Amino acid sequence: MQSRLPILVFAALMAAIPFVPGMPPFWIVLLDNIGLTALVAMGLVLLTGVGGLTSFGQAAFVGFGAYTTAVLSTAYGLSPWLTLPLSLLVSGLLAVLLGLVTVRLSGHYLPLGTLAWGLGLFYLFSKLEFLGRNDGISAIPPLSIGSFKMLSPGSIYYAIWVAVIVSALLTVNLLDSRTGRAIRALRRGHVAAEAFGVHTPRAKMLVFIHAAVLAGLSGWLYAHLQRAVNPTPFGAQAGIEYLFIAVVGGAGYVWGGVLGAAIVVVLKEVLQSYLPLILPGSGQVETIVFGIMLVALLQLAPGGVWPWLMSFLPERTDGKKPDTSLKLEQRTRAPSQDSVLLHVEKARKQFGGVIAVNNVSFDVQAREIVALIGPNGAGKSTTFNLITGVLSATSGSISVLGKKVDNAPPQEIVKLGISRTFQHVKLVPDMTVLENVAIGAHLRGHSGPIASMLRLDRADEAKLLAEAARQIERVGLAEQMHQLAGSLSLGQQRIVEIARALCVDPMLLLLDEPAAGLRHMEKQRLAALLRELRDGGMSVLLVEHDMGFVMNLADRIVVLDFGTKIAEGTPATIKTNPEVIKAYLGVAA
Amino acid sequence: MNTTIMLFLVQDGITNGAIYALLGLALVLVFAVTRVILIPQGEFVTYGALTYASLAAGQMPGTAKLALALGIGAFAFDLFVARKALHGRLILRSFLTNVVLPAIVLALTIYFAAQKPPVAICIALSLVIVAMIGLYLYRVAFQPLAHTSVLVLLIASVGVHLALQGLGLLFFGAEGQRGPAVLSGSFTAGALRFTGQSLTVYGITIAFIVGLWLFFGLTLYGKALRATAVNRLGARLAGIRTTLSGQIAFLLASVIGALSGIMIVPITTLYYDSGFLIGLKGFVAAIIGGLVSYPLTAIAALFVGIVEAFSSFYASNYKEVIVFMLLIPVLLLRSLAAPAVEEEKD
Repeated sequence: MQSRLPILVFAALMAAIPFVPGMPPFWIVLLDNIGLTALVAMGLVLLTGVGGLTSFGQAAFVGFGAYTTAVLSTAYGLSPWLTLPLSLLVSGLLAVLLGLVTVRLSGHYLPLGTLAWGLGLFYLFSKLEFLGRNDGISAIPPLSIGSFKMLSPGSIYYAIWVAVIVSALLTVNLLDSRTGRAIRALRRGHVAAEAFGVHTPRAKMLVFIHAAVLAGLSGWLYAHLQRAVNPTPFGAQAGIEYLFIAVVGGAGYVWGGVLGAAIVVVLKEVLQSYLPLILPGSGQVETIVFGIMLVALLQLAPGGVWPWLMSFLPERTDGKKPDTSLKLEQRTRAPSQDSVLLHVEKARKQFGGVIAVNNVSFDVQAREIVALIGPNGAGKSTTFNLITGVLSATSGSISVLGKKVDNAPPQEIVKLGISRTFQHVKLVPDMTVLENVAIGAHLRGHSGPIASMLRLDRADEAKLLAEAARQIERVGLAEQMHQLAGSLSLGQQRIVEIARALCVDPMLLLLDEPAAGLRHMEKQRLAALLRELRDGGMSVLLVEHDMGFVMNLADRIVVLDFGTKIAEGTPATIKTNPEVIKAYLGVAA
Repeated sequence: MNTTIMLFLVQDGITNGAIYALLGLALVLVFAVTRVILIPQGEFVTYGALTYASLAAGQMPGTAKLALALGIGAFAFDLFVARKALHGRLILRSFLTNVVLPAIVLALTIYFAAQKPPVAICIALSLVIVAMIGLYLYRVAFQPLAHTSVLVLLIASVGVHLALQGLGLLFFGAEGQRGPAVLSGSFTAGALRFTGQSLTVYGITIAFIVGLWLFFGLTLYGKALRATAVNRLGARLAGIRTTLSGQIAFLLASVIGALSGIMIVPITTLYYDSGFLIGLKGFVAAIIGGLVSYPLTAIAALFVGIVEAFSSFYASNYKEVIVFMLLIPVLLLRSLAAPAVEEEKD
């Protein structure tokens, strides 16, 4: 997707900097610091900006990385290269432990929770005997290759920036993959992602570990750059600082993390060295100015500096069209026409004293379009949520192809070939239509995060995107394939949801008000598409308020009122059913 | 351990806990209304405490000048926002509240600071100064960001915290200060000795909790604030000025912070940077209370205070570790009890 050229240029530029004649050594120190900070900020970009999980605790993971190598290379004399995997492992394992506790917290609990353990761990670092208490550990051996010891800031420079650029590449690769799409969907709530088989707690854990390992790497490098560690740089203040570096750079962008690190490190340095010349005064004038500048920067560019800069570049909407000849494996279909695909038996859902769905029973046969209608508040969407596992039924049972699936989670339901759209569109607005639709094919791909980072997933990925592109063409949105989903009209977004649901290769498609917001011609096209899908062997269960649309399309209609089924039959019989007329018009006509 | 020590520790814990309770309440209030996680809450505490102590010692506190400077900033922001529809009344009102008021307070402060004023005047001046700082701070730093995400607001909050802490060093120096007791005298009951100061702490905390409860339960402004907390857009459509709600929240938070500071500065020495940690313990209480419930926050704060007192007796080295790690089991319980609430939006 993204061109590699700018990254190569950047890498070459960074490699050339130490060779510039007359380059002050102090600048190299500054660049070292930027690199170390950028590693942590990059992890936070993924965690906070992309995944929506705010963490104040990253400094603690830097501490884990630094202390692990400090202890092992001084007290046990291990080679620094040997402690690298161990530092990363310790950071990663502790991330699993802390993640188990905190990742499940929602909303503002999470940042505050991370702040709490960030603080607690800082005090622990400064109190533990074997970590040297407040004095820390010194005389850490430098990194060395053969007899070449990286003692000066200039020699470790390459180690740091190779780490930064490789990590950035791996992170960018990860985001542009099957797993990456799941991660990017996290910030928008988990119902939609889970409906397509994404295991959201696992995805959250994954970004948490990824960020922690990057922080651990930064800590390992830090320990061998400074050749000493003490608790101060791993405290809550540092944790907060990493977070605002990510936000200043642009919390959704990997390179924004690097840019943010550069801005903040340079700004602090400039303030520290020049401000006392302008404003002589006691103490922390630079902190004051820094704080004020931070607030001002946010007021000018709340999204961060990177996206603000990028907005000056011409927009790219000419994404490459995937090769649609690549095929994914298809599901084996139900053999005959009159087998019962979905059987709902006395399903009941109570919210406290309210009975949203009251012992409703109905079937959906193979190759059939069934409409679920009823006045507002009749329990239609709740019935959908019961079928798809978003809600668990209070009593009753739901079976698919004769097998009971009571209270299975959404991820299991979608595996059975039941996919859905939502009454309130749930797309990721800052992803393209193609990427959004590809989430639908999540379960049909197999590449994991490691494969994605190393780009071993390309064959698998190409097939997923091909399937997504095919479904987009099928619903008639080929023109909009590379636009951001958020830029489409509401009606088009509903159609995108249908394409996403089709990517599951479903046996049964559940559509929640698909025609709302569509124009007349668009409705006709949608009806034609749904008939075509039925004739191709799929069943459709839809909720819809447009009676003309329903009566012309549905093979059978189920009518709900106040959570109870009041009628079921062909459109012709429903039209004349007195109960239905009473429910809609209030009196028997 | 004997009973006397235990009672003593409990008493100590309750006194600190009462302060944490007040701060926790303020944090909950500000978060609920403005979505700002108010890290500078701790600075309100130190500003209140050190302004009070400076005044009592006959020194001129720099905070009064800061209030005027921020007020002028707020006035400028008001003018800038209304630049397309300026009219005399608006300019006059903004000028009076943002420039004239702090100028008068500054003049009073200069007048009184020279002559070691009585405790009551010190308290009144400190409260007014910090209240104005809180109010103008919202106008200058947070109101322009009101539409952004919680994360951006949080980072702005960090920026404000850094700036205020730096200014604190400038105003009050690196030396710690203590102030005179608000209420002197003491009496003993059994083995315990109650000072007038600790009784003041209990009294004011209880008064504030009841006061807030009445304010939110019975007054129209209180209800408007609650409405803003639940749904900003809805509140605006119902005619509530959400900026006003934000201003009231910050005003209350700064008054509560300053008051807490004034109450503890006679008991412990405070430094320009002590506020951060005190505020964070208020946070711990607020989180245990779920950032929504006032009574729960108050109870949690007492609990935090007592745990702190006991751990400083038994394992003083690990006091902070214990207090902050206390959160983890609480959070764990919370996340097990309430499976993630669905669908937050940016």
